[in-house]
Amino acid sequence: MSANQVALWYLVASVLFILALKGLSHPESARRGNWFGIVGMAIAVATTLAIVKRFDMLLLAMLIGAVIGTIVARRVQMTQMPELVAAMHSLVGMAAVLIAIAVVHNPPAFNLPDPIPTGNKLELFIGTFVGAITFSGSVIAFGKLAGLGKHFRLFSSAPVVFRGQHLLNLVLAIVMIGFGIAFFLAPPAAQWPPFIAMTAIAFVLGVLIIIPIGGADMPVVISMLNSYSGWAAAGIGFSLGNSMLIIAGSLVGSSGAILSYIMCRAMNRSFFNVLLGGFGGAEGVVAAGAEQRTVRSGSADDAAFLLQNAENVVIIPGYGLAVARAQHAVKEMAQKLQAKGVNVRYAIHPVAGRMPGHMNVLLAEAEVPYDQVFEMEDINSDFGTTDIAFVLGANDVVNPLAEQPGSPIHGMPILEAHKARTVFVNKRSMAAGYAGLDNPLFYMDKTMMIFGDAKKVVEDIVKAIE
Amino acid sequence: MTGSIDPTVINLTVFVLAVFVGYHVVWNVTPALHTPLMSVTNAISSVIMVGAILAAGPGNIDFGSVLGAIAVGLVAINTFGGFLVTRRMLEMFRKKEPRAEKKG
Repeated sequence: MSANQVALWYLVASVLFILALKGLSHPESARRGNWFGIVGMAIAVATTLAIVKRFDMLLLAMLIGAVIGTIVARRVQMTQMPELVAAMHSLVGMAAVLIAIAVVHNPPAFNLPDPIPTGNKLELFIGTFVGAITFSGSVIAFGKLAGLGKHFRLFSSAPVVFRGQHLLNLVLAIVMIGFGIAFFLAPPAAQWPPFIAMTAIAFVLGVLIIIPIGGADMPVVISMLNSYSGWAAAGIGFSLGNSMLIIAGSLVGSSGAILSYIMCRAMNRSFFNVLLGGFGGAEGVVAAGAEQRTVRSGSADDAAFLLQNAENVVIIPGYGLAVARAQHAVKEMAQKLQAKGVNVRYAIHPVAGRMPGHMNVLLAEAEVPYDQVFEMEDINSDFGTTDIAFVLGANDVVNPLAEQPGSPIHGMPILEAHKARTVFVNKRSMAAGYAGLDNPLFYMDKTMMIFGDAKKVVEDIVKAIE
Repeated sequence: MTGSIDPTVINLTVFVLAVFVGYHVVWNVTPALHTPLMSVTNAISSVIMVGAILAAGPGNIDFGSVLGAIAVGLVAINTFGGFLVTRRMLEMFRKKEPRAEKKG
């Protein structure tokens, strides 16, 4: 195959990748979009296989990877999606580093002149350090999400902070760039030491960047690492002069960047503020006098009675719902109410799960039809005419303090559950949310607290609805 | 203006246009599908396998080709796992639910 033919096939694959992303604008077109992605990938891999000389080792490796990937994709639970995605980012990062080492080792294999031109070395440097940061950062993110903090402190979901942390990161970054410059200038015989040093520092930096970020900021971290894995691929694409890697990498990079932005906006925090970390730790103070205030609590039977007699019900699920594995029970409750003519809808806050769109997937898994699930902007104006807002396992995302100037979460967009005529809140106890704030919604006259495990409570309600 | 264009400039052109396309396409993704978006972009970024295949592909087995083969194995997990798990999730996003009716 000529170089031109290869480039044209890569173009076809790139267009298919764009179509794959475009399909995701609607659930019905998304399934076809995924096929476009698969075909694009098959074309890209087949085209590349047609230009290499030796297959045994790489086909064996591909087969092993395919088997592992298939098993993981079948077995993974939807609550574990954030961990899976973090683990996958780390693989892309590691692959970028391995490829970069192979390029330095044997440039002609990639159609590059030996010694490598300085321009390609610069691009290689970028691809390598972004890849290394993606790898080690994703490993830390995976550990935090998988709850490995008990075994190893670096994986603690609480922020790991120490004095001079940001200064250390800055110094390391500068030293890394210094070794990068040494790598450009070094003659081929002496290029390994600076290359190895800069890669090693990048691995350390990846760890240091992610450890100060608290567990609750994980949606931002995952999106950010998603973005990095794309930029790493694009960087490698630049150094190899491979347009498809550049295009696919840029698509992924910009996608991750947009998701990071959306997550930050949903928490009303700047990207920089999340990166500097430390939030979500012990510094949050519960509002004074919280203990003395009284709440009105009710039973599942009370709730069932009121729900059956309501016209409009909005369910607000939080991650606590998924932890209690109550999605199926909730869907059953909604179905029973709908059979009685109650209009039941779901309202989802952008940071309701542990990654962007996570709660939507968890509800879809429980076979909740997606046309009953609404995003914050689409449903907030309807709370005024809602009879019952049923908050399940959510806290900060319905905290009216966000509308009060001076509160720590002021300006964070919330689901306006407090505007509904009646509010039910299911919680295990009166503990504060991750922001460490008390929630005035719980003390409102129209609020009924239903204490207990979400699954148990909802199942009791289902039983009580005849 | 004389001479040929440096390949890096062409790469940069492709890069900027691709970022632009990515920006516009991704803003059109419905927020409900942000998790599948992330898993499918994950699968797409495993196109870095192209580089890994090149590294593993030159006739003789040496340090570079072994690293290449390892990289192929690692990203193959992503390629297959990413697309399959995306498909699994998208299958859940259905309007009608005949299976649930039967169960209930």
